[in-house]
Amino acid sequence: MSTFRRQPLDHEGDFQAFGENWLDLLESLICRGRAAGADFVEIFLENTDNLGILAEQDIITSVSPSFSKGAGIRVFSGTKDGFVSTNELTENGLIQALDQALGMLGFEILSNQKIVFEGLKPLMDYGLSKRNWLSQCPGIEESSHKILAGTRKLNQYGKNLTVRRASYSRSWQEILVASSDGTFSKDIRLNQSVGLNTLAAEKDHRSSVGRRYGSSGNPQDLRNWDEDSSAEDICTSSKKMLYASYVQAGQKPVVLANKFGGVIFHEACGHLLETTQLERGTSPFADKVNQQIANEAVTAIDEGLSEGAFGSISIDDEGMESQKTVLIRDGILKGFLSDRAGELRTGHKRTGSGRRQNYSYAAASRMRNTYIAAGKFTPDNLIESIDDGLYCKSMGGGSVGATGQFNFSVEEGYLIKDGKLTDPVKGATLIGEAKEILPRISMCADDLDLAAGFCGSISGNIYVTVGQPHIKVDSITIGGR
Amino acid sequence: MNKQAELLDSNRLRGFFQGLSKTESIKKWDLGASCSNDLSVQVDRGQAKQLKGSQRSSITVRVWNRDGKVGVTSTTDLSDSGLEKAFRGAAQSSHFGNSLEIPEFSPLSTSPLPDLVKPIYKHRGIKYLFELLRSSEQALIDKHASIKTVPYNGLAESDFKRVYINSEGAFRHMEGSYSSIYLYARAQEPGKKPRSSGAVRQAHGVEALDINGCVEEAAVKTINHLNYQRINTGSYLVCFSPEAFLELIGAFSSMFNARSVIDGLSLSNKDSIGTQISVPFLSIYDDGLHPANYSSCSFDGEGTPTKKLCLVNQGILESFLHSEATARKLGVSPTGHAGLGAKASVGPDWLVISRSNTSSFPINNSLNHASFSEKYILIENLNALHAGVKSSQGSFSLPFDGWLVNGREKVSIEAATVAGDIQNVLNSIIEIEQQSLITHQGISPHVWVDNLVITGEE
Repeated sequence: MSTFRRQPLDHEGDFQAFGENWLDLLESLICRGRAAGADFVEIFLENTDNLGILAEQDIITSVSPSFSKGAGIRVFSGTKDGFVSTNELTENGLIQALDQALGMLGFEILSNQKIVFEGLKPLMDYGLSKRNWLSQCPGIEESSHKILAGTRKLNQYGKNLTVRRASYSRSWQEILVASSDGTFSKDIRLNQSVGLNTLAAEKDHRSSVGRRYGSSGNPQDLRNWDEDSSAEDICTSSKKMLYASYVQAGQKPVVLANKFGGVIFHEACGHLLETTQLERGTSPFADKVNQQIANEAVTAIDEGLSEGAFGSISIDDEGMESQKTVLIRDGILKGFLSDRAGELRTGHKRTGSGRRQNYSYAAASRMRNTYIAAGKFTPDNLIESIDDGLYCKSMGGGSVGATGQFNFSVEEGYLIKDGKLTDPVKGATLIGEAKEILPRISMCADDLDLAAGFCGSISGNIYVTVGQPHIKVDSITIGGR
Repeated sequence: MNKQAELLDSNRLRGFFQGLSKTESIKKWDLGASCSNDLSVQVDRGQAKQLKGSQRSSITVRVWNRDGKVGVTSTTDLSDSGLEKAFRGAAQSSHFGNSLEIPEFSPLSTSPLPDLVKPIYKHRGIKYLFELLRSSEQALIDKHASIKTVPYNGLAESDFKRVYINSEGAFRHMEGSYSSIYLYARAQEPGKKPRSSGAVRQAHGVEALDINGCVEEAAVKTINHLNYQRINTGSYLVCFSPEAFLELIGAFSSMFNARSVIDGLSLSNKDSIGTQISVPFLSIYDDGLHPANYSSCSFDGEGTPTKKLCLVNQGILESFLHSEATARKLGVSPTGHAGLGAKASVGPDWLVISRSNTSSFPINNSLNHASFSEKYILIENLNALHAGVKSSQGSFSLPFDGWLVNGREKVSIEAATVAGDIQNVLNSIIEIEQQSLITHQGISPHVWVDNLVITGEE
C-alpha cells in the first residue's frame, strides 16, 4: 500500500531513455489521481526519432528528420474517461496535465487522502534487446544511396516514365506505460517502410503505380530491400496499366489477389469487430458471437506476433502483451478486438489491441496484423471458376462508414473471361456491405501473404498489416464507367 | 501565458537561434513554430464518452550551410535542448540538400500583412462543452423516432499561436481561436437498413457556433436518407451539392499547384496558364482570408502574406498556387500557399467557386435543384477521396451519399459510385446555380454536370 507523496524531481534534460528512474514520479502521479477519486489512472510516455527521405528521378529532394516527446494521461471514473496530452515532461507539466484530466471528470485534488495503491510492479522492459536498433539503422547517406538505387532501377525497367520516386520512412519510438493496476512496461519500436511510385505517360494515356514495403523490428530492413525486383514489379504493372481501358460498371464475381487484397477484410469486417464500433452501436456484428456471419471458407485472425510484420508489437499502448485473436473461425464469429475502455464499456476482454498514433491520442481498440487464413484451393482454381468477372491484382485504400458500407479502389485489374485472365482494366471501386459480402467469400486459395499498410481511425494513423490468400467473392458491385 | 506559449515567445526563439547560428557557423536560418491548447468532448446517449485536452507545440527549423544547401528538422520539444537538437539535425541534413533547387527566403516575408481581424474567444471549459454537446445530441435524437444514436459527434475549442522568424529580420506572429461541432446521426426504421448523415459547423468560439443549424441540418439529411432504394447503373444528369463539388475540386487541386506542375504530377503544365480548362462560366478562387475560413492565417509557412488569388477566370487557367521556390522557377511572385520544408509543400487555403458573370452564358433558370422537375441525381457528399481519386491521371471513381430526385419525389440512393474524368467534368458543366453556400471547406453553388456514370447495386 502506498499513499500520495510528492517529491521534487526534474527530468528535464534527462530524457534519453525511460526506465526505473521514472518510478517515483509516476507512482506519485498515480497516487495523486487515485486519491482524487479516479478509478483508474494511466500514464503513457513517448519519445520518437523519425526520418523521411524522398528521391525524385535521380536526386534526393527532401530529407526530413523529426523528434518528438510527450505524455498522454488518462483517468477513468466508471466508464467515463478524461484524457490530456502534453509536450511538457517536467514534473510540473505532468501534474498540470493530470489535474486537468481529473478536473474534467469533476475530481478535486486531495493531497492528504489515503488511498489503496499497491505501487507499480517491477519494470517489464520489452525494449532491453532493442536498445541499439536506432544506431543500427542506416543513416541519411546510406538510406539516400539505397533509395536512389531504386529510382535508377525504375529507369532501367520502365518505359514512358515521366516521374520516378522513391521514399524511405523510419519511425523509432520509445514508450513507457504506467497505470494504477501496477502496469509498468517499457518498449522500443522500429517501423521502416520504403515506397516506389511511377507516373507513365504517352499521348493521352497515363498510369500511376505505387507500392510500399514495410517491416517492424529489423534495423537491416532497408539494407535488405530488393530494389531490383520491386522496381521490375512496378514497371511491369505500369506498362500494362498505361493503355488499360476503364472498367465497365456492374455486379460481378471477383478474385482478389493475396497480400494487399486483404484490405477487403480490413474495411468490410475488421473495423466492425473493434469494440470502439460496438461502443458506438455501429457494428452489425455486436450480438453475433458464435453465429455464422461469413462463408464457412473464411477463418480470420488478428495478431501482433508475426516476426517483422508491420503491425507487430510486443506490448500494446496500454502495456498489455500482444496476442493472437481469432475473429472468425469457419465463418463463425468468435471474438472482438478490445482495449481497456472497450472492456469497461462492452465487457469484451482486452486483447492487447489498445493502439494509438502517439501520445496525443488515447488508445483505442485497433487492428494489428489482420488476415484471412489460407484455404485449400490454388489461385488458378479460383480464376477458372469464373466465366465473366474481375481479377483485382493490386488494391488501393478504402474506408467503411457508420452503416457498415465499405469501399476500396482497385489499382490494377484484369478481366476474367471463361476462366482466364484477359485485358487489363483500371478505375474500379468495389463497394458493398459487410453483412452481405462476408457470406459471398466462397473460395480461399493456399497462398496466404501479408502486406504493410497504414490505418487511420479514432486514435490516429497506425502501422498495420493486411493479408489474405487469393479469395473469390461470388458477387460484388464494381463501380466504373 | 501558459508554459507552451512562453516557450514560443518570439524573442526567446530569435535570441536562441542567433546564438546557435554562431556556434554552428550557420548564417542563414528560418523557423516556423506553433502551439495550441485544445479541449474536446464526445458523448454517447447523454453520457460523457471522452473528454480530452491537449497542449501541443512544434517547431520546424531550416538552415542553409556554407555550400548554400538547405536542411530541415522538426520537433515538438521546445526546451533549449530540444531546439538545439533540432538545429543540429537541420545542419546535418543540409549536407544532403538538393543543390538543383535551393529554397530562399520569400521576397515577401517582410511585406506588410493583410489586416486579418479575427475575434479571439476564451475557453469555456470542458463542463460547458460537455453540457452543450449533450443537449445537442438529445436535440438531434428528439428530431425523429428513427434516430436512436449520434455515433460520431464532437465539440471542440482551441486557441493557437503561430510564428515565422528568419535570420534576416522577418517576424510574423498570429494568434487565434477556433471551435467546431460535428453531429452524425444513425437512424433505422423497422425492417430496413441503418442510414447515416450529419453536419459540421465552425466558428472562432463556442458561443458563435450555429449549434441549432447543425442539429437541424443533421436531422433533415438523416431523415431524408431513411427512404432509400437501389438505382440502376447508367449515365445520369448529376447535380453536385456545394460540399460535393468542393470535395471534387479539392481532390484535383494539383491542377492549380505549381509544385505538382514542376514535379510532373499535375494535369497542368507550365504552359497551361491562359488555356481554357473548363466551361467559360466557371471561376475558381483561393481566398484564405475569407471571413468564413475560421482557421485562416495572414501568412504562410514561409512568411509570405496570404491573399485572394484567382485560379480560373471564365474557364481560363489564370494562375497557380506557389511557394517561394516554385514562383522563382516560373518567374512570378509567391502567392502565400507554402508550407515550410527543404522542399516546401504547396496547397490551397479556402476554395471559392462561382458562376462567372458573363452575358454570353445566361442563367438556365430551369436547372435549379430546388425546382427542377425531371429526373436527376443529387450528390450530397463524396466518400473515400483518398482511395478513389487518381489526381495525376485525372480519373475518379467514388462512392457517394445522395438522392435520386424526380420531380417532387426525392429518394435516397442505397449505395452507388460516380466515376469520370475531371477534365471532362469541368467541360461538361451545364449550369452553375447563382446562389453560393458557405460550407466548412469553402464556398460553392450547386453545380450541374450531364452524362456522368453512376454505378448502383443491382
